[in-house]
Amino acid sequence: MALVDRLGQTLDSGSGGGIILTSVDALANWSRGKSLWAMPMGTACCAMELIAASFNKFDFDRHGTFPRPDPRHTDVMVVAGTITRKMAPAVKRLYEQMADPKWVIAMGNCAISGGIFYYDTYSVVRGVDEFLPVDVYIAGCPPRPESLQDGVLRLREIIATGSISPDRVREAVLTLPSSGAVSFGKRPGEGEAR
Amino acid sequence: MNIPELRDHLCAIHPDLCPLFSIEFGDGVLSVPCEKLYDAAADLRELGFDRLGMVTAVDHGTEFEMVYRLHSRSMSAAIFLKCGVSRDEPRVRSLVDLWPAALWQEREAYDMFGIEFEGHPDLRRILLPEGWEGFPLRKDYCDDRVVRRPDYI
Repeated sequence: MALVDRLGQTLDSGSGGGIILTSVDALANWSRGKSLWAMPMGTACCAMELIAASFNKFDFDRHGTFPRPDPRHTDVMVVAGTITRKMAPAVKRLYEQMADPKWVIAMGNCAISGGIFYYDTYSVVRGVDEFLPVDVYIAGCPPRPESLQDGVLRLREIIATGSISPDRVREAVLTLPSSGAVSFGKRPGEGEAR
Repeated sequence: MNIPELRDHLCAIHPDLCPLFSIEFGDGVLSVPCEKLYDAAADLRELGFDRLGMVTAVDHGTEFEMVYRLHSRSMSAAIFLKCGVSRDEPRVRSLVDLWPAALWQEREAYDMFGIEFEGHPDLRRILLPEGWEGFPLRKDYCDDRVVRRPDYI
């Protein structure tokens, strides 16, 4: 039972093995993290990498994440590209149309800080976190699809710390990126129960 | 048709426009006073310049300069049409009657430089949001939100 394995320490088998006890939080977080439908807010060249991530070579679908055309269907908004002052109200409106719980990934330098448009421009918003609560930042100009996949996996770690009751958030179990060379094939913490 | 042929053709049909024609950086340029802009454009339209490729403006500090790029499919030729506009009262006649392509292009010139086009049916901002103050491509435009690039970058 994959579910039993993943729920790890919060799991408590009843006597006889026919009953499983766990917390509602663990079950909710487990299911939320596994089906992050994405709202593709692609406005610039980062959108090309976002599109590439969805198709068969990188195959985002295997993580349960794929783009949906309607913000009401989606859990995570991926802001991929430069947001101008004229576009910002539209982005905010789309974010408000998404159903709770919802998260935001800022993909690429423009969405993080304005990127190359930080200086000497009158029209660009310097970072989408000026008006949206961003959960994960992915640096790059543009980032590779692997970076986006890594960002979604980091977002799952954040979701695993959430709780359905207000005013109660479990302690963060985020794994920080290693300071040395990036090791391909095995991420830090991979294979452990989340 | 190359540029000298275009000049000869233009001079043969419109002798009054001939002294205003010059060759700059290998392109034919017709610089006219702004009050004659519409008539000159109509003459060029009749001559065979059936396509308006681009409308833009330049801020020279002392005055604005309107720049129109015209193409002719029948002659396989292209020409710049220019006129100087005063900064105090930036007004120029719209060329929408001659080339409908000027509709959005003139709106953009209005958006960025604040040049008023007389006779334009729908002159409002096109790229910037409604209610924007100032015209960003003017050299004297000021905006507190702009972060200046430091010298060391």
